[in-house]
Amino acid sequence: MRKSELRYAFAKSIPIMFSYIFLGMAFGILMNQAGFAFYWSGLISLIVYTGAFQFVMVPFLSAGTGLVTVALTALAMNSRHIFYGVSFVEDFCKMGKRFPYMVFSLTDETFALNSTTEFPIHMNKRNLMFYIAVLCQIYWVIGSVLGGIMGQVIPFDFEGVDFCMTALFVTIFIDQWRKAETHIPALAGLIFSMVFLLLLGADNFILPSLLLSTVVLIFYGQYKSTNIDTKGAEDHE
Amino acid sequence: MNNTQILLTILVSAAITICLRAAPFVFLGRKGELGPRVRSLGNMLPAAIMATLVVYCLKTIPTGAWGENLITIVGVAATALVHIWKKNTILSITVGTVLYMILVHIL
Repeated sequence: MRKSELRYAFAKSIPIMFSYIFLGMAFGILMNQAGFAFYWSGLISLIVYTGAFQFVMVPFLSAGTGLVTVALTALAMNSRHIFYGVSFVEDFCKMGKRFPYMVFSLTDETFALNSTTEFPIHMNKRNLMFYIAVLCQIYWVIGSVLGGIMGQVIPFDFEGVDFCMTALFVTIFIDQWRKAETHIPALAGLIFSMVFLLLLGADNFILPSLLLSTVVLIFYGQYKSTNIDTKGAEDHE
Repeated sequence: MNNTQILLTILVSAAITICLRAAPFVFLGRKGELGPRVRSLGNMLPAAIMATLVVYCLKTIPTGAWGENLITIVGVAATALVHIWKKNTILSITVGTVLYMILVHIL
């Protein structure tokens, strides 16, 4: 049973495997070129474990940037993660000893996978979510350590391989669109992020667009539930 | 930078990231009991976040060079079309990424 769950989780994690190993390698290579041995890139991928910000850490580490700047940049770049846990509060809180790890390992990709996969009913959903989370971090750490060891020696030219992350998000977006009862959340996210991207530029649009989406969805949820309530009341009459 | 400074930088980065990821669990309660409003928000938010992440991946388009943008759009379109047609995540990602890599090398 457990073995079949692990196999299922592995199959689901394959798209992330490619992007994490290659992106992790790119991070390790960057660290190596900045003069940091592979165990540093491995350590960062083990305990910080966040995509884009790790790449920003490289110049910070080589320049000896102050801790306040480091903290503020981490805060700004990773603020989107505040929203990810909202969908998992109930599931993660029932996971006992695994709870802290599930919270810690909530990256863009594990969020994307665990929030959209329709897990088979005969398998334990929470086991699968945990296996997916652990497998993803293993890929990321392996990539970072490999890149840190290899340095400039890259076995083949993999420019453009990071596109698999974009492709993964596109497929998940389409899957969600197909399953959704209402397209309001997807449209809100799409429209707000495009508008803020044009208004505020590539570095600053995520937080305001997620905030506005959240506010709009809270109101939409209220509107929907009052509508259902009045409908129900009418039915009773 | 000496090792202590490196370690401090790493620890500060880790602490901030973990705090951000833990925030909803702290504010919405560790007990795991949610009101209907938060639950409905939790059900709707992933679609909005995925849309935002897709836009995030394409964020260079407004300022990007014409050729690069074309490659990105072709890659996304190929991924989306294969996915709508075959409904196979790994196939869609492979086709889109390989096509993108080939185009990056040619152009």
